[in-house]
Amino acid sequence: VATVSDTVPVTTRRLVAAPAPMVLALLIALFLALFLVIPVVTVIYVAFTEKGSGAFTLINFYDFARTDLFITSFWNSVYVATMTVVIASLFALPLAYLTTRFEFRGSGVVQMLGFIPLIMPPFAGAVAMQLIFGRNGTINLLLDDWLGFKIPFMEGLNGVIFAQAVHYFPFILINLSAALRNIDRSMEEAAQNLGCQGFRLFRRIVFPLAMPGYVAGASLVFVKVFDDLATPLLLNVKDMLAPQAYLRITSIGLADPMGYVIAVVLIIVSVLAMGASAWLMKGRDYATVQRGGGGLARRPLGRGQAILAYSVVGLILFLVLAPHIGLFLLSIATVWSFSPLPDAFTLAHYTRVFAESSVFIKNTLLYATLAGIIDVVLGVAIAYLVLRTKLPGRHWLDWTASAALAIPGVVLGIGYLRTFFGIKMPDGTSLASFWIVIVLALAIRRLPYALRACYAALQQVSASLEEAAENLGAIKHRTVRRIVLPLMMGGMLAGFVTSFATAAVELSATLMLVQSTSDAPLAYGLYVFMQSPAGRGPGAALGIIAVILVAVCSLISNWIIERNQHLRDTRT
Amino acid sequence: MRFASTLYALVLATALSPASAQAPTGKVTVLTSFSKDVTDPFKKAFEAAHPGMSVEIQNRNTNAGVKMLEETRSANQVDIFWVSAPDAFEVLKDKKLLQVYKPKASGIPDKIGAYPINDPDGYYSGFAASGYGIMWNERYTKANKLPDPKEWQDLAKPIYFDHVSIAAPSRSGTTHLTLETILQGEGWEKGWRTIKEWSGNLRNVTERSFGVPDAVNSGQVGYGIVIDFFAFSAQAAGFPVKFVYPSVTTIVPANVGVVANPPNKAGAEAFVEYLLSSAGQEVLLDKGIRRLPVRPETYAKAPADYPNPFKDPSLGGKVTFDSNLSSARTAIVDTLYDQIVTFQLDSLKAATKAIHAAEAALVKKDNPAARTLVRDARDLVAKMPITAEQAVSPDITGAFTGGKQKTTRQAELERQWAAAAKAAYSEAEAKANEAAKLAR
Repeated sequence: VATVSDTVPVTTRRLVAAPAPMVLALLIALFLALFLVIPVVTVIYVAFTEKGSGAFTLINFYDFARTDLFITSFWNSVYVATMTVVIASLFALPLAYLTTRFEFRGSGVVQMLGFIPLIMPPFAGAVAMQLIFGRNGTINLLLDDWLGFKIPFMEGLNGVIFAQAVHYFPFILINLSAALRNIDRSMEEAAQNLGCQGFRLFRRIVFPLAMPGYVAGASLVFVKVFDDLATPLLLNVKDMLAPQAYLRITSIGLADPMGYVIAVVLIIVSVLAMGASAWLMKGRDYATVQRGGGGLARRPLGRGQAILAYSVVGLILFLVLAPHIGLFLLSIATVWSFSPLPDAFTLAHYTRVFAESSVFIKNTLLYATLAGIIDVVLGVAIAYLVLRTKLPGRHWLDWTASAALAIPGVVLGIGYLRTFFGIKMPDGTSLASFWIVIVLALAIRRLPYALRACYAALQQVSASLEEAAENLGAIKHRTVRRIVLPLMMGGMLAGFVTSFATAAVELSATLMLVQSTSDAPLAYGLYVFMQSPAGRGPGAALGIIAVILVAVCSLISNWIIERNQHLRDTRT
Repeated sequence: MRFASTLYALVLATALSPASAQAPTGKVTVLTSFSKDVTDPFKKAFEAAHPGMSVEIQNRNTNAGVKMLEETRSANQVDIFWVSAPDAFEVLKDKKLLQVYKPKASGIPDKIGAYPINDPDGYYSGFAASGYGIMWNERYTKANKLPDPKEWQDLAKPIYFDHVSIAAPSRSGTTHLTLETILQGEGWEKGWRTIKEWSGNLRNVTERSFGVPDAVNSGQVGYGIVIDFFAFSAQAAGFPVKFVYPSVTTIVPANVGVVANPPNKAGAEAFVEYLLSSAGQEVLLDKGIRRLPVRPETYAKAPADYPNPFKDPSLGGKVTFDSNLSSARTAIVDTLYDQIVTFQLDSLKAATKAIHAAEAALVKKDNPAARTLVRDARDLVAKMPITAEQAVSPDITGAFTGGKQKTTRQAELERQWAAAAKAAYSEAEAKANEAAKLAR
């Protein structure tokens, strides 16, 4: 074999040697082309056309660069996204470190609660946060009564940073915790034997080894915040890029290219940010060979340390769960207006919601599960192709899939309608009205989350383990199934849960695609409730149901996978 | 692209052909921006009155609804379009997405206030009326010791600074009509002066119509400029809010129309007839809906102090609303507001605050030179980048239609307007500060 391969040119050898990855890459490329690239291009090509003639032009980008509002918006978005990463890290680092590194009672509960902010249903979150932190929210009314001053938590860009950090910090928490658990204990022990301890041990050994997880989380937070339009809009901040694009595309600027120009700018920045995070990791090896240790050694906390640790964790949890506390209060409130707490309590909203909304719950579970599975399968496949093969153009799969993060939901929704509405199903109805299309839209929108998690997980698996398996005679397929996938399980689970949980509360793309109430997911039902004064309570109740539902499902999948892993460990 | 979609259709067709079935007959699909509080009672009442028929509600905001009908016209699945803003129906009519249907129901007058109830060409019909006004949260106003406003101009008083909220007219058909009513009632120059004077007191400009009543209900802002039923239904839900119609208001019908090529034409027509029947009109009095019926006799069944535009001449009588003028300049008025108010709110508020301070100083100690400066500052704030004539000129309207002819680009116009407004506001602020110094 050696002599033959020496004479065959390198590229041909690769093609001959790796037909399976090639086919896989082509299938993924086809999927991305059909459900991401084509629908989006049918909408945003307008950005490159000249008004009147429709000819290709870049003048619209020139207009963008010359417009004060857009430039201000651009820098505001960069500022908000960067600061959110900083604040979110402040929330996530202590939680992740304390729960994985120390003998911390209730660390499972903390990890679980720390994940919940990600499941914030649309509209409900901002309403609840205003009720707690707003100018006349609970905290400010109390402060004003007792101390005579107010704190502008929710004002302007700082309000956006606060709300976004609360909402998205779990991305860092989940990925960082997974990475910390994957670190080989012997690394830490070696450092300790050499006399390294305390903060220096964390700074020089533990944190650098957890870098892939942190960077995966932080880059997701950056891009997500950069492209998020709902939170700024609900806080009435309009001079940011994503809200500008959304406002233009959905109102007067429908025929005007500027909205799409902004969408293109968003996509470019997102891809650049992802590229930068990959570049940051480049040329370094984070893989660990030994997996028996089961992560970092847990150390006991001293009495003083314990008090400090529990207070820090308690404070962070209160801050990040405040929106859910507010939402819960709202769901059992009669009237809540300009007062620290609701006037009275009732269970009537839950009765109403249970009577009307069971179909929404069923649909949500179905759609989010399917979307989560699609995402993990694609995420693992893309991560494997990028990190373990030398296929030409493999990075394009990664970049294209990541670009989905930057596509505003309404652009994707309109693109789907344009691309698929003309296609007739055998019974004469349109393909776009078939519920599978909603699942695909959700899967595409959430793919970047799962992809980043799988990518980070695979980065921590040493290729030498696979080589060892192959040396022992295992074929590629068997190596992947028996070695790579089990070792990536934690990251895959993190990816599934993030995709599943966030898909369950996604609204912007679904709103364009839902064609009948019987196919509608929960977020849509919530949107409908939240549009009337009497619907605020039932809307909040539905939001709480969504949160509990998603949390329970995530917990169950976590439990199943951990049990399987445990069984496998005991067997070997 | 075509090839790819066909391929996909083939794959799906082979995989899933026996799965789904034809929609049942007797279903009326209604695309609406109205909330559940409005649609549920109507759905129940209609289904009770027409056994064997069912109503399928699809909820979208008005803009998204229009977009959806546009994108899905090749195989329309919707029977009825049911929203407030008459402008949305005009857009759909222009795009030939509506079907003519003249209701058989009799006993409905031609006009409510000064506004014709039905489309003269028969593409859509009014089924309820609404007026615009000011709502406020009583707990908020009591805590901040604020007086009750009566007129739009009242909201421009210094005491309301930072207490008022409005939905961006480009996002809310109802706010757009509020602005247009003021512009038509007071004229272009004076109307914009009024609008900018109270806009300087705004706390924020929301992007959803419902964002305003929501913020007032929860007490995050004191006053909201809203359509009446937002306040009425909030009162019905128990919120401590009040509402007033200013004298320059217009009563505008909320409409219903049959979509072109409806899948269930007979069902669609039955739905329209039901809305206009006596029974359908009485549903409007439901405490979660609270809209003004278009049948005068329905008011006999209404609770006491229910506003009645057929009896009360002050409701919407003052302004004769010209809907042609309104729809000709919709995009221009909305974009102007966005560029000179929404996106310049900070500088507009800074100028307004400085003017208020200077005027307060002048009351204590008069100074003629300072008085002139303040007047100049007010004129600078009120100054408009374009005149009423320019607003309907082909070059400017053309920039917003995306049509075939070459005109100025929308982005260019916006930049000019925003820059002019920003410069004028900072100059006004400087003058007002100077005046305050002189009067000190």
